[in-house]
Amino acid sequence: MSDPILPFIKTGDRSPYLAGVRCGGCGHVFVGEREICAQCAARGQMAPVRLAETGRLYNFTVVHRSFPGVATPFIDAIVDLDDGAHLKGTLVDIEPAAVRFDMPVRVVFREATPAGADRPYLTFFFLPQEGAAS
Amino acid sequence: MSDVYVVGIDMIRFGRYPDRTVPGLAAEAALMALGDAGLAIGDMQALYCGNLGQANGMVGQRMLAEIGQTGIAVTNVANACATGATAFRDGWTAIKAGLYDTVLAVGVEQMGKGLLGGAGGVSPEGLVGSYTMPAMFAHIGMEHTRKYGTTFAQFAQVSVKNHHQSTLNPKSMYRKETPLEEVMGAEMIAYPNTKLMCSVNVDGSAAAVLMAGDKVRRLGLMDRAVRIRASEMSSNPFAERQMAMPDFSGATRLAARQAYERAGLGPEDIDLVELHDCFATAELVHYENLGLCADGEAGRLIDDGDTALGGRIPVNVSGGLLSKGHPLGATGIANIYEVATHLRSAAGARQVEGARIGLTHVVGGGPGMGTACAIHILEKA
Repeated sequence: MSDPILPFIKTGDRSPYLAGVRCGGCGHVFVGEREICAQCAARGQMAPVRLAETGRLYNFTVVHRSFPGVATPFIDAIVDLDDGAHLKGTLVDIEPAAVRFDMPVRVVFREATPAGADRPYLTFFFLPQEGAAS
Repeated sequence: MSDVYVVGIDMIRFGRYPDRTVPGLAAEAALMALGDAGLAIGDMQALYCGNLGQANGMVGQRMLAEIGQTGIAVTNVANACATGATAFRDGWTAIKAGLYDTVLAVGVEQMGKGLLGGAGGVSPEGLVGSYTMPAMFAHIGMEHTRKYGTTFAQFAQVSVKNHHQSTLNPKSMYRKETPLEEVMGAEMIAYPNTKLMCSVNVDGSAAAVLMAGDKVRRLGLMDRAVRIRASEMSSNPFAERQMAMPDFSGATRLAARQAYERAGLGPEDIDLVELHDCFATAELVHYENLGLCADGEAGRLIDDGDTALGGRIPVNVSGGLLSKGHPLGATGIANIYEVATHLRSAAGARQVEGARIGLTHVVGGGPGMGTACAIHILEKA
């Protein structure tokens, strides 16, 4: 399997997953690993969690101009995962005009080659949840 | 603690000066501000110099090498888009503390064209959302749309207004009318911000001489002085979605509340505002963050012309970052220059009639970095 494009994408024994932590003090779920809570400043109370892979679209924009070599347009999406984490990613397999706030989405893992790189990396995308009522 | 006044302030016309140097641009504004106060570099007791692009390059010292090396303390400041305002506030703080009675604050930037950032290394851009500034500020607008139904045309109207107002400002980079159809029909960068709804990367510099009240009176400079009623800064308080979507509202609301408290004033007392319209979407959101209207009413404010020159609370009559330009490190002091110029009744065709109190706001940051916000409330002395 290729290297992850971001450090919170983990390659587990069976399948990739997104790593997060839940604060025992305030309950906030963070994407990625950390020792101290940015919300309540609790120390030593972070429990590792495997982040949810379903959620709803909180916000989005359609990016038409990006850095050199990056294919556009693409949908830059902010998703509230079902476990309370908040995750930025690219929403694919949908026309921009069909995107709606709060539509259900799921996380999928795929290999892709970033602009300017000479090899693929492991990344994730958001997809519309098929059959789900939006 | 002494009251602190601005006794000299100026800015160069924002534009593209690829043949100039950063210290050279800084020196030009510094000499203009000193001239405005009728003072010389030898009268300055400290220098606070804001610049981002050469943050490790001792810009303040290099500027003094061009205009007079008097041996004063130099503090070089970098704080995202709040850099210039932070340098200004450092000067205010030092006078408040009683260390000095006369200091110089300078902000300067020399920029390339195009999108900020994106240099070096393998980037997740495109694969894991976007990390461009336009995308960040598109989200801020879309969140407002989600909450209140704000439309593309309402955001675009901000650019129509600010570009129009810049035609009255000889120090603005651009001075061209942009009708609504032109703004909405321009190249889409990140929906809903088109190219004409993104601030302009330019070169620029601005400078201010700050002085303790006793000395202003002693030197007889009160006639053209501007009193600093509040100088407040904040960083981003925790926001739920901050790692996915940088937050510029929490810091702005915090600094605004502190500034109104310190000044003993409210939004209803403000005659004009220069706020951080780095993108058209940002201006509408900051109407609410600064208390110019209730939450959810920003769209109506722009529709009704309340924030246009001649309206209830004119915003960015200079043309704003959208048209005057946004040389990162210079922007904070340039905003203060604009408000001070109105308080001195010296703004010519764009003068806000009878202006006595004005507010300036800058807020900056980047994806995964956090936010710096600075707000100043200024009063005609």
